[in-house]
Amino acid sequence: MNNTRRTVLKGAGATATLSALIAAGALKPTDVFANEWNKAAFEAKDAAGALKGIGAGTTADSKDLLLTAPDIAENGAVVPVGVISNIPNTTSISILVEKNPSPLTSSFEFANGAVADVAVRLKLGQTSIVRAVAKADGKFYTAQKEVKVTVGGCGG
Amino acid sequence: MSSMNRREFLQILAAASAAGFALDAPNVLAAGKGDALYELPKFGNVHLMHMTDSHAQLLPIYFREPTVNLGIGGAFGKVPHLVGEHLLKAYGIKPSGSEAHAFTYLDFVEAAKTYGKVGGFAHLSTLVKRIRASRPGSLLLDGGDTWQGSATALWTKGQDMVDACKMLGVDIMAGHWEFTLGDKRVMEIVEKDFKGKIDFVAQNVKTTDFGDSVFAPYSMKEMNGVKVAVIGQAFPYTPIANPRWMVPDWTFGIQDENMQKTVDEARAKGAQVVVVLSHNGMDVDLKMASRVSGIDAILGGHTHDGVPQPVKVPNKGGITLVTNAGSNGKFLGVLDFDVKNGKISDFRYKLLPVFANLLPADAEMAALIDKVRAPYLGKLNEKLAVSEGLLYRRGNFNGSWDQLILDAIMEVQGADIGFSPGFRWGTTILPGQAITFDHLMDQTAITYPQSTLTEMSGEQIKTILEDVGDNLFNPDPYYQQGGDMVRVGGLEYTCDPNSNIGNRIQDMRLKGKPLDASKKYKVAGWAPVGEGVTGEPVWDVVARYLRDKKTITPRKLNQPKLIGMAGNPGIA
Repeated sequence: MNNTRRTVLKGAGATATLSALIAAGALKPTDVFANEWNKAAFEAKDAAGALKGIGAGTTADSKDLLLTAPDIAENGAVVPVGVISNIPNTTSISILVEKNPSPLTSSFEFANGAVADVAVRLKLGQTSIVRAVAKADGKFYTAQKEVKVTVGGCGG
Repeated sequence: MSSMNRREFLQILAAASAAGFALDAPNVLAAGKGDALYELPKFGNVHLMHMTDSHAQLLPIYFREPTVNLGIGGAFGKVPHLVGEHLLKAYGIKPSGSEAHAFTYLDFVEAAKTYGKVGGFAHLSTLVKRIRASRPGSLLLDGGDTWQGSATALWTKGQDMVDACKMLGVDIMAGHWEFTLGDKRVMEIVEKDFKGKIDFVAQNVKTTDFGDSVFAPYSMKEMNGVKVAVIGQAFPYTPIANPRWMVPDWTFGIQDENMQKTVDEARAKGAQVVVVLSHNGMDVDLKMASRVSGIDAILGGHTHDGVPQPVKVPNKGGITLVTNAGSNGKFLGVLDFDVKNGKISDFRYKLLPVFANLLPADAEMAALIDKVRAPYLGKLNEKLAVSEGLLYRRGNFNGSWDQLILDAIMEVQGADIGFSPGFRWGTTILPGQAITFDHLMDQTAITYPQSTLTEMSGEQIKTILEDVGDNLFNPDPYYQQGGDMVRVGGLEYTCDPNSNIGNRIQDMRLKGKPLDASKKYKVAGWAPVGEGVTGEPVWDVVARYLRDKKTITPRKLNQPKLIGMAGNPGIA
């Protein structure tokens, strides 16, 4: 464990942490916030509606879109999910939890060749497909994984 | 042949052959056949001994293997989902010998009387020393579930097992129930007791904040001129199957990608042999072996499967051997590799049953065990009741020990329905044997032992049964948790393991009447994973019941009706 780094970051506070991430290219606030809030997509009540909302009516599976998520969530309230797109010219990544009341959880836009690499913590109400959708050169690509949410206990 | 002289032995031998008895009765075995059983010719130049899931059983015990261990989907009819005769047939083990007794439930009571108790750290120690003597440089690997499972392990916070493992000469260890002692206690043992002696390894335990490794992912050792890497794999679902609040800052999971990176790193650093010391459970290990390449063997535990020979799993790097070494100190696995010119050319594997009658107790270890138990003997040896029937736990749906716990908690708590966790640890009691407090703790000694009485709707009850059923029968092993089905008292049901979550549990009935989805029922249980639950420790509840009954009649097991399981070789 790197306790020095942990202490430094805790001491520096959340703002510094965020700045560090921005400096590292993980977040591009201007790019993210410059866009209009996509009300239709974020308020859609099912996955099809959310996909339609972000313009991804048709998608293709892609091995270059890497989705990391646990097989079984340790805590459904904070499920760590990561998405990396190695598809050239990726301009956006969206993440859906298909069984959530509002499936679209987040949408990130990348400009000027920014590295398409995001990590979020999502709330899952129940076992669901988690889906990543990347946009590159006007086309939509997808990757998915089922994440199980369980009541726990009784193991071993 | 500890307490028998040569003349007595010859008399027994004569009597046995006159009566036409099988010649591997215990006394006969002790006089020399034991040597044959444990005579394992040295092979190759890399030697790994593997023990796992001893569940803190320092003394020899009885342990009955399951009659129900169903394989669903792709696991149908495959190892480890073979029971009884199916298992014997698959491995060419002769029926009604000592090995048949070790690996199956067949004729359990009679065979247990013939062959005696199994395991025990003093006897295991003798075997370990014997293997070490024939295989200089060999490593002893402990797959975990070592610091939990007995009264003394609970009361000493695992210290009895830590000291016993150091004396036994464990070199490298992985973990699961260890974590239920809490993160601070685990770190204290790893950083103080184990320092410079035992490497506690886990590639899949990370901090929740930055994802840093909590433990060394692997240990690199040099043996007879060969570099050997042992990668640790903790039980991936520890914070789900056990209380998460006990390890709040750690995250687990299977983590295939990180496993591959770790294997590649060990190879890049010169490892010629790479093994994983795993607490995944055998089905998860089999899948992992197909997805990750470059592992020579996965030495597995968790699911308590006594598997006589490794399964050879093909993957893009070649073949990975997958083993599982049973539980409760009953077995010691010995894996030999012959490494020539930096490559493994061949291997030998044997899963040796530890028959206490055939292996004299190691004096130093026996003394340590006596010392550990001495302060508690009065409490441990209290005879609570006598059991008329066989009491065991292992099996997918229920065991007679679990039924006894259910009967006790339901009666004491005045409940309609009882739930008892599907743990796979816990020793066996023969008909006529006294149940001591020590035995009761073998079934219940956990750090979250509260008994509970909860009002649950029929719908909630169904949700819980479906959820646990999916942890057991999901066709994808990565969604399984490796325990058995929650034991259910009072409520009758039908189970269709081949179905999907939501549809496996059917026709739930209480005293003949269908369960009402909206009605509330009183449910007795124990082992809550949530924080802050209060309740009397379950062992006190059950002890009261046993003292009151004095004689425990054979239990009537509440088992579900099964759909679609005819012809499954995972059920007797």
